[in-house]
Amino acid sequence: METSLDKLKSVFVAALPLSENVDYNQIIYGQTNGWDSIAHMTLVAELETQFDVMLTTDELIGLSSFSKAKELLQQHGVAFE
Amino acid sequence: MMLEGKVCLITGSTRGIGWATAELFAQQGASVVLNSRGGDLLEERRHSLQERFGTPVISLAANAGDPRAVQECYMEIFKQFKKLDILVNNAGIMQDAPLGMITSELIDSVVRTNIAGPILHLQAAARLMGRAKSGSIVNLTSIVGRVGKEGQTVYASSKAALIGMTRAAAKELAPRGIRVNAVAPGMIDTDMTRALSEDHHRAALESIKLGRIGQPSEVAQTILFLASDMSSYITGQVLGVDGGMII
Repeated sequence: METSLDKLKSVFVAALPLSENVDYNQIIYGQTNGWDSIAHMTLVAELETQFDVMLTTDELIGLSSFSKAKELLQQHGVAFE
Repeated sequence: MMLEGKVCLITGSTRGIGWATAELFAQQGASVVLNSRGGDLLEERRHSLQERFGTPVISLAANAGDPRAVQECYMEIFKQFKKLDILVNNAGIMQDAPLGMITSELIDSVVRTNIAGPILHLQAAARLMGRAKSGSIVNLTSIVGRVGKEGQTVYASSKAALIGMTRAAAKELAPRGIRVNAVAPGMIDTDMTRALSEDHHRAALESIKLGRIGQPSEVAQTILFLASDMSSYITGQVLGVDGGMII
């Protein structure tokens, strides 16, 4: 069964051009290749669709890393094992 | 029906062009989200649409220039419909003042409602639309945003800003399947234009080639065209609905 963490990884893979052996904890906005402002909107749309949430503008702007995304989702009631 | 299954938000939708648009969209089968600053009229309008057209209608009170209220508005749309297909950025205020009489309060008020408000809505709507990779946004500018008018420096500036906003957003959102266009009404029979002086009315009428003032329903039909798939290959355009004031 797919966990929330698996799902979050899939969202990042779908939105960003990540390599297979990427270290998810090192994915950071503006530093990770391909995570620019355009990709950011794709990422947010994918995140909101897959987890059925809607982020506020402040949250959207604050979504700056993989771990931050996980933290924001937890605040929206998504449980991570 | 042109808008069956579509979820549409129309800001400033209790009067004039906004209300005419809401009626036309409901008639075309859309789920309509009405919006104004609040009050009894908003609820009356919601009941009216539901009774006459039997389509889902919700009303959300939110001042267009209030970032938190706008955010909550989209949260509610997300909660109830999970999507947004069409945004009509209609809410606006018109306050005339000759150059020497323009106060900073007037500037702040017009800029907040007529520029900041539409940007906030555009930003939030684009996010909801981006999920489906489709959507249509129609901004209501004005003929004075294109040609200017004495006594309307602030209002005309705000409406010119909407044209720039339309073109910039159209470029940015096209790759995500979202179209952004604007409608520029001329002299239309609304509460806003009824408040103008007799001289102002007469002068405007003389400049209209079709020889009459336009009706809100005629603007609504243009908005419907740009909002619907009838205009699926049109984006970044400003369409005048002015009876030939500009040719």
